[in-house]
Amino acid sequence: MRSVQIPISDETIRSLEVGEPVALSGVMITGRDAAHKWMVDTFIKKTRQPEGDDQQVYAALKPILAGGVIYHCGPVVAGLDTKDYRFVAAGPTTSSREEPYQGDVMRHFNVKGVIGKGGMGPKTLAACQEAPGAYLHAIGGAASLIAQSVKRVLGVHKLDFGVPEAMWVIEVQDFPVVVTMDAHGRSQHAVIEAQSKSALEKLLAA
Amino acid sequence: MQDLTEPILELVRLTSTDLPADVEQALRQAVEREAPGSAARGALETILKNVALSRANSTPICQDTGTPLFYVRHPAGWSTRSLRAQIESAVAQATAHAYLRPNSVDSLSGKNSGNNLGGHYFPTIHFEEVEGEALVIELMLKGGGCENVGAQYSLPHSQLGAGRDLAGVRKVVLDAVHQAQGQGCAPGILGVAIGGDRGSSYYASKEALLRKLDEPNPDESLAALEARLTQEANQLGIGPMGFGGETTVLDAKITHLNRLPASYFVSVSYMCWAYRRRKMVWKDGQVSYS
Ligand code: SF4
Repeated sequence: MRSVQIPISDETIRSLEVGEPVALSGVMITGRDAAHKWMVDTFIKKTRQPEGDDQQVYAALKPILAGGVIYHCGPVVAGLDTKDYRFVAAGPTTSSREEPYQGDVMRHFNVKGVIGKGGMGPKTLAACQEAPGAYLHAIGGAASLIAQSVKRVLGVHKLDFGVPEAMWVIEVQDFPVVVTMDAHGRSQHAVIEAQSKSALEKLLAA
Repeated sequence: MQDLTEPILELVRLTSTDLPADVEQALRQAVEREAPGSAARGALETILKNVALSRANSTPICQDTGTPLFYVRHPAGWSTRSLRAQIESAVAQATAHAYLRPNSVDSLSGKNSGNNLGGHYFPTIHFEEVEGEALVIELMLKGGGCENVGAQYSLPHSQLGAGRDLAGVRKVVLDAVHQAQGQGCAPGILGVAIGGDRGSSYYASKEALLRKLDEPNPDESLAALEARLTQEANQLGIGPMGFGGETTVLDAKITHLNRLPASYFVSVSYMCWAYRRRKMVWKDGQVSYS
């Protein structure tokens, strides 16, 4: 399996192809529904005013996301009472819910990799071509296994969103993914969708 | 009355961390069907490694520990009010032990309660009084990714050419599997209910998932449809995680309810491969799990 280090260069991301298994190492951040909506509303579309610690968190996120990776994940975390955080279970969540936001987030922060499950749509695929970036599919439900590749929890932002929705900064080693959308406009999900559609039509006609 | 909080906490731990043998067996068979070196096979191998690791370390198989659905069958004389209190206490403790992720969110404020409690439906508990001496509690953890791809059809369905018979049921269920793609963490298990009203139909489609994978449907026509749906769903080629491949579903479980003359609902509850369900039996002061 090919190893890729975060931060990821444009050259490396362009060299990734659909279907390729990759082991990721470095620092990444989790973000799902609440985080994506907050980033877009507050800093990209600016439909709401920053408040509380918004500006500080934004400043902290920028260097992590530049050339970085965002992981659609709502983990189970131990050590919440002592703040000695440990990831216990940390598989991917369904990415399609971030489709309205993801492309804008990728362009704004120069994100190179998006990890999740189930794939994403045309807006994200277009952003993957422009950024350039790639969508990296983790194995849904493989939560204990993935948690083992999380070596350290470096910090957490927006814990008031709740544990699953907070933005956890983590250091990973050999985090296993498969490239299913690449920087060349190819999407494994679109291919499977079309093939299974024609198989379905045949079965319905039988 | 006995306090069952401790044994129920163990039921929750077991359900979240130890995949039932019938499901693991089906996953092992699925690995053999996938081509060596394929993404599909890699996904299934990773899944099996994860299952073993979760069992060994007593950590959640999947971080989405879902909606806890309890099915309680109790002999006469048990207080369902105090059973509810004990279940709720066990669920809160299981959350503190990180066997469960805090998953209960207030729909209006967006606030997570932090302990998996909230209102009358979280956790969801169904009570039924039964004959005999044994108290049986079954627990299913139903994750959000697969719950989101569930579907309900009102037949006839002209676009799919599905009428009010088993041939029509077959068509809409295959459509549901296609719509789901890999989003429900395929390979999935289909819980299907034919009939009922919209509410009872979905309820029964989940209850159908309590039947073990190797337990055949007592109704011959439904047993045949289950086998056919499993085989045909796999012809769609969606594969584990939607990577493409031979295994899109592991099994289908079908049940039926009486319906109104005017209605014919087919409800599909899609269960992901992380099919977490366990049973606890309490009899004569002894507890056993399966
Ligand atoms: S669908 Fe199942 S395996 Fe996938 S993330 Fe949800 S609970 Fe986990």
